[in-house]
Amino acid sequence: MSLGLISDLVLVLLVLSLAVWMNIARTAYRAVVGFVAYGLLMTLIWVRLAAMDVAMTEAALGSGLTGILLFGAASRLAPFEAAERARAPGPALRLLIGLLCTVVAAGLGAVVLLLPEPAPTLAPLVAENLSPTGLQNPVTGVLLAHRAVDTLLESVVLLPALIGVWSVAADADWVGRPSALPRPPASEALTLLAQVLPPFGILVAIHLVWIGADEPGGKFQAAAVLAAMWVLVMMAGLRQPPPVVARGWRELLVVGASLFIAIGIAGIWLADAFLAYPEDLAKPLIIAIEVALTGSVAVFLALLLAGPPAGAHRREV
Amino acid sequence: MNGTTLFGLGAAALVGLGLYGLICQPGALRKILAFNLIGSGIFLLFGVIAKRGGGALAAAGSGSDGDPVPQALVITGLVVAFAGTAIAVALLVRLAETAGRSTLDTDAQDASSLPADANPPGERLP
Repeated sequence: MSLGLISDLVLVLLVLSLAVWMNIARTAYRAVVGFVAYGLLMTLIWVRLAAMDVAMTEAALGSGLTGILLFGAASRLAPFEAAERARAPGPALRLLIGLLCTVVAAGLGAVVLLLPEPAPTLAPLVAENLSPTGLQNPVTGVLLAHRAVDTLLESVVLLPALIGVWSVAADADWVGRPSALPRPPASEALTLLAQVLPPFGILVAIHLVWIGADEPGGKFQAAAVLAAMWVLVMMAGLRQPPPVVARGWRELLVVGASLFIAIGIAGIWLADAFLAYPEDLAKPLIIAIEVALTGSVAVFLALLLAGPPAGAHRREV
Repeated sequence: MNGTTLFGLGAAALVGLGLYGLICQPGALRKILAFNLIGSGIFLLFGVIAKRGGGALAAAGSGSDGDPVPQALVITGLVVAFAGTAIAVALLVRLAETAGRSTLDTDAQDASSLPADANPPGERLP
């Protein structure tokens, strides 16, 4: 058994025990702590699977931002947990459900063991067709050239998601600011961190989006880092979340997808297809879309975290 | 048995554990966590398939170490999963504030404890 295989086995066992912990933890808060640790270990697994782009997204978004979202919800919902526990299914029913879930997992495991050999892959096709885009990073090439329509839909789907989050606000609260972010007690350490870290975070994000064309990185990773910096500043109380009626922020939200669509439509005349790029302009256009989407996605992620608008009476809570 | 297959089996177990939590946990927030666990297991399956595809490529001497198509899909999936979680959390917090409960049970006992107008202006829990 090689050293690599042993470390993989340890990783899998740790991740599985954290998944068990998320099921058995007594309070949602403890389960969320498990989830954040789980996300960080998943990041290591993605590195082991040679998926650096995914690893960065997992660390920033899957573990970090989702963790903040769930922490905020867990502290707000803590008063209801005693009533929840009374409704848990009995041991016999749990055993039955556990058995059936084991059957599902075993079926999936069998599929993994029976995957065809050699594995079907689109990688050679991507590698062949990467050079016309002028990019070096195949993942960015897939996201913005070969499967650009998926990426476009994904950046557009964030808009209905945010509208959905905002829509749960009561009418009277509509003019308020979002208040769902957890607000830890003010401390000098948090304030200092929120003052010192963001400049570095912004630099990292610029680096990620710039290097994303050729190396692991790109707009989603950069946007998640930017959103995390902004959320840190808001959680430390240095800045308030913007009111949802603020026009400038709303315009920033749609800039990325609008530019993407505009360039996509221009492609009908310039390159004979929607979302196709003229060959000599592919890389500058892709970088322009990446930069605009980074800004929009960062604002989307931060506002999704900040939650629906709430009235002034709730802001002190 | 290599590391990639091991991760694939782990992914299958994660889906099973998430499914168990989704069914057994009475609280909706715990269900959202379980939903994320299932999603994470499915993403990991994609990652395993991407790595296997890259392995074939590396054997052909191309040097790449993963199929970028499933990897790009996973990145898309992570962003959409975050958006879905954000909506679910917003709905749940609002449900708890207005109805005073955080489960999806709708039995008679529960319905009687609901206010007649589930969304009266100004009625919020502390």
